[in-house]
Amino acid sequence: MRFIFKTDYAQDINLAKHGGHVFWYSALAVFLLAAPWMLAEYSLAQLNLVLIYAVAGLGLMLLAGFTGQFSLGHAAFLGVGAYAQAYLTAAGLPFFLSLAVSGFLSALIGIVVGLPALRLKGIYLGMATLSFGFIIEEVFARWESVTGGNAGKSVAAIKLLGYDLGSGAGFYFVCLLVTVVCTLGILNLLRTPTGRAFVAIRDSEISAQSMGIHLAYYKTLSFAISAALAGVAGALYAHNLRFISPDQFNLLQSIDLLLMIVIGGLGSIHGVFLGAIFLIILPQGISAVKEFLPEFIGQAPGLKSVIYGSMLIIFVLFEPMGLYGRWLKVRTYLQMFPFYRKGMFKRQKSFQKSDRLK
Amino acid sequence: MTDTLLSANNLSVRFGGVLAVNNVSFDVKQGEVFTLIGPNGAGKTTVFNLISRIYTPTTGDIDYLGPQGTLKLTAQPPQDVASLGIARTFQNIELFEHASVLHNLLIGRHTHRKTGLWQDLLFTRAAREAELRAREKAEEVIEFLDLQHYRDSLVAGLPYGVRKVVEMARALCTEPKLLLLDEPSSGLNVEETDDMAFWIQDIKHELGITVLMVEHDMSLVSKVSDRVLAMNQGEVLAMGTPREVQTDPDVVEAYLGSIDDVSSLRRQTQGVSA
Repeated sequence: MRFIFKTDYAQDINLAKHGGHVFWYSALAVFLLAAPWMLAEYSLAQLNLVLIYAVAGLGLMLLAGFTGQFSLGHAAFLGVGAYAQAYLTAAGLPFFLSLAVSGFLSALIGIVVGLPALRLKGIYLGMATLSFGFIIEEVFARWESVTGGNAGKSVAAIKLLGYDLGSGAGFYFVCLLVTVVCTLGILNLLRTPTGRAFVAIRDSEISAQSMGIHLAYYKTLSFAISAALAGVAGALYAHNLRFISPDQFNLLQSIDLLLMIVIGGLGSIHGVFLGAIFLIILPQGISAVKEFLPEFIGQAPGLKSVIYGSMLIIFVLFEPMGLYGRWLKVRTYLQMFPFYRKGMFKRQKSFQKSDRLK
Repeated sequence: MTDTLLSANNLSVRFGGVLAVNNVSFDVKQGEVFTLIGPNGAGKTTVFNLISRIYTPTTGDIDYLGPQGTLKLTAQPPQDVASLGIARTFQNIELFEHASVLHNLLIGRHTHRKTGLWQDLLFTRAAREAELRAREKAEEVIEFLDLQHYRDSLVAGLPYGVRKVVEMARALCTEPKLLLLDEPSSGLNVEETDDMAFWIQDIKHELGITVLMVEHDMSLVSKVSDRVLAMNQGEVLAMGTPREVQTDPDVVEAYLGSIDDVSSLRRQTQGVSA
């Protein structure tokens, strides 16, 4: 068990709270830097996908997990970023510039979607973003001069300073850099007034307002940042797959993203990464297990969806805090062994909380 | 007129067919504790919501002595009320449940933020400095209200009485000139109510903050209030010192029914309050 002796306010402000953090995150950094030489080509490609989904997940986590605004159309932002990147790199823009422009464009659309969100809550906001997703998907299919329509559009590999990064270690390091920068940015936001304003809006809009928080501004800001991150992820996604078509940015993709942050653990940055790992590993796990199942189950067409759905139900029922919540419990168990008690993480139900403004 | 901090002029609010507040006028002087009392549904909380701009009055307006002189409070957008120096608590406690006590208090520092989005995103030196300053202010309030023990606990796990104090602490973190307390003692036991009385007196004397509160507990009201306004059915019944209001025949009637019904009871209440 670790007892932290606080002698300085900076200890609460710094990202690494104690020596354990420094050690484990350095170890993670070393592993991630050495990954291209340690992992097989296939595993590295999977790791790329984890990083890309994590960037998109960071955005959705900020919106849903920290600001409390659910979006069922987040794949649309992913798509905007992907198509913008495809178009701009084809037009000859340098990689990082077009990445920034893709993110910015996505953010602008995020603001447009965020405007109705100022008046909608809960399920109605879900419906609004859902229909927005459908509209954008249709735009991708119809605006053939830019998107190539349903036939799809191929995307060139990343070129940096004249080098063709291809899909190996070079591309991996670009993804890693973008992920680290985005994660640090979000972590910084969350420890400053901007991030606290988001959390305040999530927990009680009425008292956030009476604390002087401009609800419309911060909700729109959250949508914009969230969409920008999804756009950046989409741009990387386009380079990763080298080929994009409208059906990659449909409702199922949006639900995958939502599934990822819910299973990872709403309201935690760790949850984003755990959720992304889960989302990428699950299909592998399913295809590995398939062989050993009776044929009528193993070869059933909807197997993947059924497993995804039941996973979500199981998590919502038994571990609403997601994988990160489970990890917290395991860690506390180990730290306190043998004094851990079952009800330790039970919280008092907030009986006096009214829903009159929901 | 410089000692008047807030004056409500002929406030009325109509919700559909219900006239929740009817032609209410009162002045709150700087540095006093002003209490609204009245039976349930009298319109006390509605008056609070008018001052904190959650509702807009149907007729009438509110003058407030802000940092830049007197202004029409009823013309300000709701989120600007806090930066004018008005902070409030809620009857049913509206804390940020999934955050720690410290986090809640830091949100109370929102109106004093000095950094913009980009400084926050990059966590510049200015952002770090601002964080440290905010923390120092929050610690002052923690010390003032004896919350050291709960600093890092999650609000969702705190008992009701502590949440009440945390909510008051959060309001104090905004460094208000006028503090609105909506039933500060509801749900508190006798000792906690006594503590609350001390704190309200300290807030008035040490911090020099004007307090406007809604309260049912008459012992607390008479202990801390300088002036009391009694309301019933959205209308003003009486205004004056706690004793004057408690013995006002209209007020007694509002609480206990008409004089014919309870003429015998009335003698008793006057005996108790005297």
